Amino acid sequence: MNLAVCLNQVPDTSMRIKIAPDGKGIDNAGITYVINPYDEFALEEALKLKEKFGGVVTTFSVGDDSFQQNIRKALAMGADKAVLIKSPVRDASDVAGALAEAIKSHFGGTPDCILLGKESTDFNDAQVGPMLAEIFDIPCVTVVVGLETDGATAKLEREIEGGKEIVEVKFPFALTAQKGLNVPRVPNMKGIMAAKSKPIEIKDVPLASASKTALLALDKPPQKQAGKIVSSAAELVKLLRSEAKVV
Amino acid sequence: MSNVLVFVEQRGGQIKRASLEALSKGAELAQGGAVVAVLIGGAKELASGLGKFGATKVVVFDHSQLANYAPTAFAKLVTKVAKEESAKIILLAATAMGKDLAPRVGARLGAGVVSDAISVKEENGKLVAMRYAYSGKAIATIALESDVKVVTIRPNFFPVNDGHSDAAEVVVSDYNPETTDLRDIVKEIVASAGKLDVAEADIVVSGGRGLKDPNGEGKQNWENLERLAQVLGGAVGASRAVVDAHWRPHSEQVGQTGKVVSPKLYIACGISGAVQHLAGMASSKVIVAINKDKDAPIFQVADYGIVGTVEEVLPQLIEEFKKVVSHN
Repeated sequence: MNLAVCLNQVPDTSMRIKIAPDGKGIDNAGITYVINPYDEFALEEALKLKEKFGGVVTTFSVGDDSFQQNIRKALAMGADKAVLIKSPVRDASDVAGALAEAIKSHFGGTPDCILLGKESTDFNDAQVGPMLAEIFDIPCVTVVVGLETDGATAKLEREIEGGKEIVEVKFPFALTAQKGLNVPRVPNMKGIMAAKSKPIEIKDVPLASASKTALLALDKPPQKQAGKIVSSAAELVKLLRSEAKVV
Repeated sequence: MSNVLVFVEQRGGQIKRASLEALSKGAELAQGGAVVAVLIGGAKELASGLGKFGATKVVVFDHSQLANYAPTAFAKLVTKVAKEESAKIILLAATAMGKDLAPRVGARLGAGVVSDAISVKEENGKLVAMRYAYSGKAIATIALESDVKVVTIRPNFFPVNDGHSDAAEVVVSDYNPETTDLRDIVKEIVASAGKLDVAEADIVVSGGRGLKDPNGEGKQNWENLERLAQVLGGAVGASRAVVDAHWRPHSEQVGQTGKVVSPKLYIACGISGAVQHLAGMASSKVIVAINKDKDAPIFQVADYGIVGTVEEVLPQLIEEFKKVVSHN
């Protein structure tokens, strides 16, 4: 089974961020980048599919050389090889285009399954997965929390408001992983050693289309003033009624 | 003046309130252009009523096989109507369905897509949207530069305007889905026992580590939390710590790796306010914090706070709220 996992890196979610002086990005000083948490669920699911059906897990990332360390971590978890795509991407649509180009040329067509996180924790667009599936013209199930498969068809559970939807698709398909799908493994020493000799292919992909969106500014949200400390439940309820008018 | 298409989501024959928010916004952005609502799979009898919210036309696809969400078919139909109506702006609510559908429609139309917008307006002839980034730690302002533009808007954020007087023209399409259109249709929906979802509730009562282990000494605290949510007609939320400890299901998690919520009232009980949690609830309209530690970061974002233990405060709150409001 040919398994493609799309891997992004994001600032460690526990970190506070600062806006860069140009007002269009974040200040990278002191920021640690980690594998996007949802992409780890996607990678873990790919590794499980490989264990069950055999095959090769290849990761695809769009970014610069700073990605190498996190790609090594993915290889240490058990991915077989990696492609690092260098492309001057501007938004999710560009990322989907660059990934599609690299995945197509790597496999000479459509892989059996493309796995991604449900969103990246930087821009939380949740766009790349479905866009990629549209380019490949394959089914895509998003926000997946459960997967059962015999290798020909797959039954997936996706999280929706107040419940789950059950979807059945045939291979090939794409999925975007949500927390709850699995528990990603931690690389062991053997994996870390093996990762050192696994190949990372560098691929340049030019932009295919004109820009569709432009980031004008990135700002900190307005800071709230710390509120009133009240002394009793009765007073609180009174204020919520008379002042805040929410109950 | 632009023609606007709004995808109106129905589940089980009920139209989502968030879609009415999108429709109201769409009518505002159209500035006299057509406002075309697309309604798929049900609620046909509610179509003409969408005029009140600003729709000038409603295109209904009510084939029985489309009652459940079918991404490929829905993307095809929305794209088809967008082309027929020369829609330049396509709005959807950023629900599970809207977030899934928008990028597909964007890809099909070569459109730029902005997800989960908290502001959308025309500025110097450009459509500009604002949205949270880095899970609420920053706000991005984005211009859509493509000919057709797709935006999903954050539920609970935009007002519903039902003051439009004109009835909408209703067109019922005779479309029959092809087999490939249904390749990823939802076979079945498993509801989680009639509970209100944390992302859709007007009031959220969330619990953190301070409530202690529900299988041990925290049992009464969690019962009280659920009771409080019930009295207020709200949903129960949870911090990441308690979800990771398997005290509560992941579907209730609020924060960076959970759900982003913006209810009118958010009550955080025994939650210290880690950055990841704040990312998920800071856009709530009114925030109440209950924590025994007066220095807990949650008080920095709270409008009202009580310094005290949940054992003490939760039962009092239930009694006080019961005096003024009860959904039992």
